[in-house]
Amino acid sequence: MQQFVNFTLGGLSQGAIYAAFALALVLIWRATRIINFAQGAMAMFTTYLALTLIESGLSYWAGFAAALAGGLVLGALVERVVMRPVEGGPELNAVIVTLGLFVAFQALAAILFGATFQSFPAPFGLRGFTVGEMTIAFTPFSVFVIASVVVVMLALTALFRFTDLGLRMRASAFSQEVSRLLGVRVGRMLTLGWALAAVVGSLAGLLIAGGNLVHPAYMDAVIVYGFVAAVLGGLESPGGAVAGGLIIGLALSYVSGYLGSELVTLAALAILVAVLLVRPRGLFSRVAARRV
Amino acid sequence: MTLPDTSETRSPSAPPDPAPLFTAEGVTVRFGGLTALDDVSLAARPREVHGVIGPNGAGKTTFFNVCCGFVRPDQGTLRWRDEPVRGLHPARLAGMGIARTLQGLGLFAGLTVAENVLVGADRFRRTGFASSLFALPRAAADERSLRERADRALEEVGVASYTGRYPGSLPYPVRKRVALARALAADPELLLLDEPASGLGADDMTELGELVRGLTERMAVVLVDHHMDLVMAVCDRITVLDFGRVVAAGSPAQVRDDQAVIDAYLGEEARAGGDDD
Repeated sequence: MQQFVNFTLGGLSQGAIYAAFALALVLIWRATRIINFAQGAMAMFTTYLALTLIESGLSYWAGFAAALAGGLVLGALVERVVMRPVEGGPELNAVIVTLGLFVAFQALAAILFGATFQSFPAPFGLRGFTVGEMTIAFTPFSVFVIASVVVVMLALTALFRFTDLGLRMRASAFSQEVSRLLGVRVGRMLTLGWALAAVVGSLAGLLIAGGNLVHPAYMDAVIVYGFVAAVLGGLESPGGAVAGGLIIGLALSYVSGYLGSELVTLAALAILVAVLLVRPRGLFSRVAARRV
Repeated sequence: MTLPDTSETRSPSAPPDPAPLFTAEGVTVRFGGLTALDDVSLAARPREVHGVIGPNGAGKTTFFNVCCGFVRPDQGTLRWRDEPVRGLHPARLAGMGIARTLQGLGLFAGLTVAENVLVGADRFRRTGFASSLFALPRAAADERSLRERADRALEEVGVASYTGRYPGSLPYPVRKRVALARALAADPELLLLDEPASGLGADDMTELGELVRGLTERMAVVLVDHHMDLVMAVCDRITVLDFGRVVAAGSPAQVRDDQAVIDAYLGEEARAGGDDD
């Protein structure tokens, strides 16, 4: 029983991170119908930015804020400079460009920050809370992880549902041409979408890194899990992405705990294949399409 | 400014023409080897409905695509109140006050009726990005005024009771009205209606005719449609296209009697009918 509780708690806090990463993928998918394979590499890059600042003597929070701000700028820049020329063409072109960016960012990070493992600090304790006699697999840092993902999700939902800017972003996502006809500056909506996605992606990168080791490829597994989570949620809705993230987090935690950690990646891919076969539009497709 | 249609339509007793709001001059569009539009000119005047008719493939929709910025003309200019329009970008033309409905309606499937129409009011937004991102009070006031515009447009075309519904769940005539409401929410000075009557029954069409006539108090209307009854009843002037060229322009009566129109547009059918008389 204690084991199950621990696997569940660990799964939820990992799942929250996958949820954040899935949210970043969904934001770009909705706006441009492409999967940004460079999302993880961009997040890795901004996490290194935070690490560099922290190692130079600034506080964790300064590094944290700088990484998020860096994500905002990086996302906007990538959209404006790299993606803009391939937008409006076949989607495959854009996807290939994101794969190229993925490789480029990883290589650049290895050059700038070194290809070795470096430890990344955590702002809160990594010792599990104790309940009675037991120490559970839920740490102050886990609380921070879950709280920050919830805050981001609520903020994005509020932006999309209740603001005029969110409405324009949704309209542009449904039809760029019609939105232009109605006077919406679609290009700006795309830039903003990429910028917001990169902020959320950076958050996922920071949360994964907290108390762990980082190296230029440390986000690679998260890309896979985040992608599976996004597909599970139907790729369309932020709510679906979060639910998908939590489900993946739990499933992988149980697989790792009960069956062995070497099976985690395999399990993620098995879930992906199963979802694509059984519910290709995601677990919540009907509701999700309405709720966005 | 002299345009083909102005001299012909002016009857001796008619009041002087109002100055054109929007003119297309010598618009030519080529797609590869095909000339879709060849030297087409048209002037839309305030308080008038200008019909554009012609057989399928005559270039009517291409002409609208030029007027709303979807297609850049190879030659020719657009003028807005006698000033040439630079940077023919759809969002820019929309911002000037040109609104268009689409044949396929183009409603946003995942947005409610109210939200669809609200996007249409976008050109009246006064606050930028940052204020809505950070939910400043300014943005809230702005949004209220946009919502009021959207509500008025929904009211005007009689679809205010559907605001919370999604377009996919509505019957086609209602969807058409929602699309019209979205165009009207922009409070345009020039409204381009692309086949507004297609798919409508007789009653809906009569109502549409009255609605369009009523709109002329506020805006110039250019209308493409196949329903001759509607076009003849509603339009003040008509331009007839065939193979991308203007073959006739004038009042409904003039156009109806024009031999070139009968040949081009009504074709064999009219000729066969004429032989029987």
